[in-house]
Amino acid sequence: MDLRKIKKLIDILEESNLAELEIKEGEESVRLSRIPKGGVQMAAPAPVTHVHMEPPRAAAATAPVPADHALAAAAAGRELPPGHIVRSPMVGTFYASANPESPPFVKVGQAVKSGDTLGIIEAMKMFNQIESDSSGTVVAILATNGQPVEFDEPLFVIG
Amino acid sequence: MDSRLRGNDADIFGTSQTDAAIAMLDKVVIANRGEIALRVLRACHTLGIKTVAVHSTVDRNLKHVGMADESVCIGPAPAAESYLNVPAIISAAEVTDAQAIHPGYGFLSENADFAERVEESGFIFIGPTASVIRLMGDKVEAIKAMKAAGVPCVPGSGGPLGDDAVDNARIAREIGYPVIIKAAGGGGGRGMRVVHTEAHLNNAVAMTKSEAKAAFNNDQVYMEKFLENPRHVEIQVLADGQGNAIHLGERDCSMQRRHQKVVEEAPAPGISEKQREEIGKVCVEACLRIGYRGAGTFEFLYENGRFYFIEMNTRIQVEHPVTELITGVDLVREQLLIAAGEKLSLRQSDIKLTGHAIECRINAEDPDTFMPSPGTVKRFLAAGGPGVRMDTHIYDGYRIPPNYDSMIGKLIVHGRDRDTAIARMRIALSELVIDGVKTNVPLQQRIVADGGFQSGGQNIHYLEKRIAEQREKNIALG
Repeated sequence: MDLRKIKKLIDILEESNLAELEIKEGEESVRLSRIPKGGVQMAAPAPVTHVHMEPPRAAAATAPVPADHALAAAAAGRELPPGHIVRSPMVGTFYASANPESPPFVKVGQAVKSGDTLGIIEAMKMFNQIESDSSGTVVAILATNGQPVEFDEPLFVIG
Repeated sequence: MDSRLRGNDADIFGTSQTDAAIAMLDKVVIANRGEIALRVLRACHTLGIKTVAVHSTVDRNLKHVGMADESVCIGPAPAAESYLNVPAIISAAEVTDAQAIHPGYGFLSENADFAERVEESGFIFIGPTASVIRLMGDKVEAIKAMKAAGVPCVPGSGGPLGDDAVDNARIAREIGYPVIIKAAGGGGGRGMRVVHTEAHLNNAVAMTKSEAKAAFNNDQVYMEKFLENPRHVEIQVLADGQGNAIHLGERDCSMQRRHQKVVEEAPAPGISEKQREEIGKVCVEACLRIGYRGAGTFEFLYENGRFYFIEMNTRIQVEHPVTELITGVDLVREQLLIAAGEKLSLRQSDIKLTGHAIECRINAEDPDTFMPSPGTVKRFLAAGGPGVRMDTHIYDGYRIPPNYDSMIGKLIVHGRDRDTAIARMRIALSELVIDGVKTNVPLQQRIVADGGFQSGGQNIHYLEKRIAEQREKNIALG
């Protein structure tokens, strides 16, 4: 089970009223539990929903939607704040800073100019700087450090 | 059947190859689109292999993308930025932790540089080695290698043509007119010109060279005897790269329009068992000699009972289903097993040809003008029943993008003999409904009803001739 899937599961859990989510995929399984702010665990957790992530095998007559896409849709369905979306120009792994010791290139609220480096995407051992194509303020950072990203995936919102 | 369910091939010492081989192919990136991507996905399912569908932005709605375990968008619509985008595809394999990449057909499937980079990046390229792809991709070198391996070739220049007009004229005279000038970097019907008399030779060579330079960045050309009424007959092979190779009989792909195959069938009408064994044996030996690995096809022109090698395709072919139906072998599954390091489980004696199979390519195009007809499939009703197979990715509501070729599926039938197969195809074509876009189904119906086609054994010019005759008739009738 890869990082992307787990990240999407976390997003689903966050957006829902669920307290716990357990996923079984073949022999692997992941259980996510929400601890509300304040660190106090709920005394009576909400019922656990079991979701099976079998790839849909049935030949559907209507447009098939895979588990992956459903997750992507759920994550994307979360409203993006207004502003210019900076999308990934390539497939690779996103990094928020130049190396593990450095601070991230940008923070939410930071002013950026067109051409400023917002992050890095690594592919085939090469690092590519993701530059802002507009000036403004960083309204949202949509990718997390180490997250695999695909072409066109929203990474930043510049307002 | 999932290989892991097969009993372990344990010998008396309790060792087993099966589990280790399958463990190597845990996840495969399907680097293609449309019907072949769905075909590869299905073969992966038979082996319990996880699938990653890479796709362009306009292909999110592809049927196999919906069925794959994971999907990665690798670029915008233009193929150059997506399906031909080497770094994007390899990157997708990296981020999904895949083991192997299946290139399908077309796109990067015969790109030796791609195969090389895939392997350098630590992944398995499902196909032959880069050097073999490179060898067969250079049509001049391929012919040299085949000649050396004892494969009969078309009489030709035996090498690239120089710039000496006198020399070229002598070569043409020795071969005998008509001759054909071909681009070494071409293939698949591209970059060719026929010359009937010496007066036209010089110009033809010059023009073909400059076209080749523009299209393939390689202006090398060679000359061959132009066979006037050949059939296109090709031999399917499988080789495991470990010293084992077999052939699975032939296919007849003579029904072509502008070098594009329209209808294919297996076996080829009129080819005897003796001929099949002879040419099959020659191809198998050539495979072993060049160290071939995977599925491959030797393409021949067949005239007056003789085979003449023209080129080898180092990938799975569009028309592979007709061979699958007469042999019972799942060729794409075999590709995956070979890539996983398994020895060929099939021996030549296991290959038996049963009955007859015919495939009609279904294109989203105007049946008369052949202009592509992208759009939305408002209603799709598949043909079915005994001996009917539909390999297609389309579904009700599927939007065919305009950015790729117009083939939207293949209708394949199998019958106990050729007449039964033809009858089955006529019924299947009449059942098939694809509303919302124009298709070549009416053309396919005319072909299957045609007396000449039904007699069998027509040459590669037959279809174009019949289409032209029909057009004149239509004009005459107003």
